[in-house]
Amino acid sequence: MADFLINTLGLPAWLAWTVAAVVAAVLILHVIAGGALVFIWAERKIAGRIQDRLGPTRTGGKFGWLQSLADGIKLLAKEDLMPDGADGMLFRIAPYVSFCASFCAFICLPFAFDVVGQRLNVGVFFVIAVLGLEVFGVILAGYASASKWSLFGAMREAAQVVSYEVPLGMCVVVPVMLAGSMDLVTIAEKQAGWFTNWFLFHDPFTFVVFWIYVTCAVASVNRAPFDLAEAESELVAGFHTEYSGLRWSFFFMAEYGSMFLVSALAALLFMGGWNGPIPVATLLGLSEGTGDTAHYLVRLVGLANLIGKATLGVLMMMWIRWTLPRLRIDQVMTTCLKYCTPLAAAMFLGAMLWQIALPGGLVPVLHRPAAEIREGWLPGPGGEVRARDAVSTGDAVSTGDAVAAKVAQVGS
Amino acid sequence: MMPGIATFADAVLAAPLPLAAINWHSFFFVLFAALACGFAVAVVAAENVVRMALYLVLSLGATAGLFFLAGAEFVGAMQLMIYVGGTLVLLVFGVMLTAQAPFVSIKGSGRDKVVAGVVGAVLLAVLLQAALSVKAWRAPAAGVVADPAATPIGMALVGVRVDEPGVGAPARNVRPGYLLPFEIVSIHLLVVLVGAAYLARAKRRKIPRAIDVAASAEPPASVAEHAAIGRDRQRSGSVLAGGR
Repeated sequence: MADFLINTLGLPAWLAWTVAAVVAAVLILHVIAGGALVFIWAERKIAGRIQDRLGPTRTGGKFGWLQSLADGIKLLAKEDLMPDGADGMLFRIAPYVSFCASFCAFICLPFAFDVVGQRLNVGVFFVIAVLGLEVFGVILAGYASASKWSLFGAMREAAQVVSYEVPLGMCVVVPVMLAGSMDLVTIAEKQAGWFTNWFLFHDPFTFVVFWIYVTCAVASVNRAPFDLAEAESELVAGFHTEYSGLRWSFFFMAEYGSMFLVSALAALLFMGGWNGPIPVATLLGLSEGTGDTAHYLVRLVGLANLIGKATLGVLMMMWIRWTLPRLRIDQVMTTCLKYCTPLAAAMFLGAMLWQIALPGGLVPVLHRPAAEIREGWLPGPGGEVRARDAVSTGDAVSTGDAVAAKVAQVGS
Repeated sequence: MMPGIATFADAVLAAPLPLAAINWHSFFFVLFAALACGFAVAVVAAENVVRMALYLVLSLGATAGLFFLAGAEFVGAMQLMIYVGGTLVLLVFGVMLTAQAPFVSIKGSGRDKVVAGVVGAVLLAVLLQAALSVKAWRAPAAGVVADPAATPIGMALVGVRVDEPGVGAPARNVRPGYLLPFEIVSIHLLVVLVGAAYLARAKRRKIPRAIDVAASAEPPASVAEHAAIGRDRQRSGSVLAGGR
């Protein structure tokens, strides 16, 4: 976008970058805040239907679709309370820490090809690293509230999130291995085409890994049945017992933001990202480079695809939440350490062996995009780097160019 | 629409702006550096353990920002994952182990502060002298800077160096990569992990639990015998207590 501003509108570079950065940041903020509004309403409706109730029906007409907005106004009007014994500075800063972590992870999350705040070469890694920081706000809140319920909740959350990062990381490594890159854009590009190209259906091991990922993702964003940190039957409200009003709502925006984030990550890693189940755009002859309108149309469809998949993921989390009872803390730990971790490790090995034994998949008729980034790294028979597909191996090309430039430099 | 915006932009640019051109790179470098240094000082100055941890996290996070600014994305993400995430665990255990009143608030005496200040100043002087004495670091970087990519690191770890001019060179000139150090570190970490699990395992009970004893014992023949067993257990006290 900055390039567009510089080249087309003739803005100076610093202004163009500023505008681009502000637009990206505001858009991400809207994804989180607007998403939270919609998802909170959806959660109440789904909870109602699952429990044989109607949910909100009156605010804003037929389906109560203005309920979240009314809730928001109520939260704004609430008194901002702080316990006497609380550590004021930490108590105030904790919701922002949670929210910032959730927000930062969105920076390198691609919504469609090139529709990404900042394309990072280590996108997956960055998202996982930043997502783990969200718990920091929860721990600060639990400590600063000067309440035993809050501290209990925070400690549970810390133990849970730190444990579940292990199997989550192992699950995430599998698509990274298949794509040969940690760049989220590259990973999603590798799954272009029919839905059989999705890493979910790559082999039986990745299919299992996906479900382990779902389990760990639900646990790492602290949703039922893993919501030990706010177990209201035991801990009043857990870490946010002492919070009210807007500060409380920041925690929830962070939570819904993270839910959307891990769902979008699941879509990108396992379900083709912005590539739909049926490559409509390719069948219609619309592809990158056929003209500006088609170009934007393809991206718009991709955007709809990704947001649709991520929303499905969030709805599934709600379904799980209102169906399953809450686990005990020891059961949570057992699930993580005795089942998820060994299973993820075994599936990781299995996927690796499958990739060595059957790199083309079981059904060679279906076209798979060339996933062999590794081959591109090896010197070809003629002693030069083999030509690579420019779209699917973006980072390989850039580094290859750098290598070529270096060779040229040495030669001269 | 576009010409309109262009003329608007020209008009804006024609106006005398106080900030004619901001060098965002320098701006963010100064910002992150100031944040890192400021919060580092705050870690030392704070008296509360948890606040110290917060400042440490912010300082380390600002350092990660510097890495990202330098284009070292992998190192930056590593910094976030290991140092910032590690501080989190440190905080949890720090709070859990030192939650007693004398440790929550740490106040150094005046003498401590003087000694710490002198040691810190000497260390800073040595580091600055060392850093500034390297000529190559003072000149702006010249030459080709590759796009940041984590793949060469990963490839080097499994034994293939793609960042060296070994591409196209005869095989004997290709450097071996970091496979051996990587394996050594992996085995080392595995040993540490197994050792930690061994130390933290649930200890086997030396004294059987009362319920196991009751389950394995022969049923008492008479009421009097039953009462005798009960008395014995009460006297020894350990069996019924579960033997922890």
